[in-house]
Amino acid sequence: MLNPLPRLAHETPVVEVLSAEKTYPDGTRALDPVNLTVRDGDFITLLGPSGCGKSTLLKMIAGLMEPSDGRLRWWRQGAQALGTQGRKLVFVFQDPTLMPWARVRANVRLPLELQKTAKQEAERRVDEALALVGLESFDRHYPRQLSGGMQMRASIARALVTEPNLLLMDEPFGALDEITRNKLDADLIDLWWKRGLTVIFVTHSIYEAVFLSTRVAVMAPRPGSIREVIEIEEPHPRTEAFRVTQRFAAYCKELTELLRQ
Amino acid sequence: MKPLVRNERFMRLAMPMAIGIVALVLWQAAVTAFNVPKYIVPAPSLVLQTLLADRALLFHSLFVTLEITFAAFVCALVVGTLLAFFFVQSRLIEISLFPYAVLLQVTPIVAIAPLIIIWVKQPMAGLVICATLVALFPIIANTTLGLRSVNPGLANLFRMNKATRLQTLLRLRIPSALPYFFGGARISSGLALIGAVVAEFVAGSGGMGSGLAYQILQAGYQLNIPRLFAALVLITVTGVLLFSLMVLLSKLALGNWHESELGAE
Repeated sequence: MLNPLPRLAHETPVVEVLSAEKTYPDGTRALDPVNLTVRDGDFITLLGPSGCGKSTLLKMIAGLMEPSDGRLRWWRQGAQALGTQGRKLVFVFQDPTLMPWARVRANVRLPLELQKTAKQEAERRVDEALALVGLESFDRHYPRQLSGGMQMRASIARALVTEPNLLLMDEPFGALDEITRNKLDADLIDLWWKRGLTVIFVTHSIYEAVFLSTRVAVMAPRPGSIREVIEIEEPHPRTEAFRVTQRFAAYCKELTELLRQ
Repeated sequence: MKPLVRNERFMRLAMPMAIGIVALVLWQAAVTAFNVPKYIVPAPSLVLQTLLADRALLFHSLFVTLEITFAAFVCALVVGTLLAFFFVQSRLIEISLFPYAVLLQVTPIVAIAPLIIIWVKQPMAGLVICATLVALFPIIANTTLGLRSVNPGLANLFRMNKATRLQTLLRLRIPSALPYFFGGARISSGLALIGAVVAEFVAGSGGMGSGLAYQILQAGYQLNIPRLFAALVLITVTGVLLFSLMVLLSKLALGNWHESELGAE
């Protein structure tokens, strides 16, 4: 299979962040003016220590927060066009945020029910999403009966069920142990590749950033800003084997040095 | 098979019962040994005898008290829940009205019951209002808290999916509030019974003149202490049964998911 990136160069950018900055009402400067263009099929990671504004930037991209100055465009449109056909974005939180009173299936179906999708169509898409994250035999379980990793899978299935064009993830595997995290990373990259998704992913793990991304935006704190955007030129599909290569180590070294500056 | 002593469920039933039996035996022995007259403390056996002998009278009274209790409990559930929904509509409504809910709670019912019974012509309605006032507060307080205790992440999720107010209420706020609601209902069920008994006491012969509290008053005047005890036993047993019923309902509603109803696994 070929790397999907070249075919994308001519298409409409998914997100354009144009000198967007953020100062909170209490005067805290969260983000200096930032520029970033996300193309269709990108897997971009925002990498940095806490306080570097990566969550703030992600929330602005999600349309959950307005920039104090500058602007954002989605598919060359304003925020009001979000959610229409072909312009769907979905947010995966740091916690699984599942409804404890509902079974996995009902949790995954929730966005479709809120959008009043026809029942048959909804069930089909739920089955598909559960299969994508490998939870098809756990659909009758309650969230508390699942491990942390499986709860996160259910949360991702709930995001995918809406068939989004853009997936935003805010340190989704931050609370998991490293072994589980590596496994989920590998499954996520597989999913991204097979489904042709566009992903913006926040993390403070260098290894995770190198393993997953097509590009890494290295951010600096106080006030938050993007220091540099590094291209990870490892072809896809990537497997766990990439983690133990020289190239992987070299990228980790480069990012570590950038973060230390 | 595991020895019964190691069986948690068996011990949970057996131990309180054993203590109860020991207490009854000691009570019976003490009354016999010291020759305590029955108008001071009747022996458990005599209380049981009286309960059986006066069953027609006592169970009729129990029915009356139960009627008041259930009516009050249902009123408290409905009014309390409606008020809670009203309170969470806006912060302003809550801060304006919540102090009055507290005021209601701290006003001793014994003090205002005579007034209510004078004001309300229909005696049954007066008693139900008194008992409702006693049982109301836990429902208001808990349900309000529950409706506010929505996981912020889930609230965000609903907002991002453009959920309507009604969808958010039905699918998020109400399920989130249920554990709190049942906690309140559990306390409130007992309070409704206490409220009913207190109201009957205050109303005395001015009330309906046939509930269990009335029997206790009458038995007291007539120094018929065994009957007083028998009536007391009925009230206590009713209270325990009501509480158990609420525990059962709560288990049925929340058993599958809420921490409070999950056994240690």
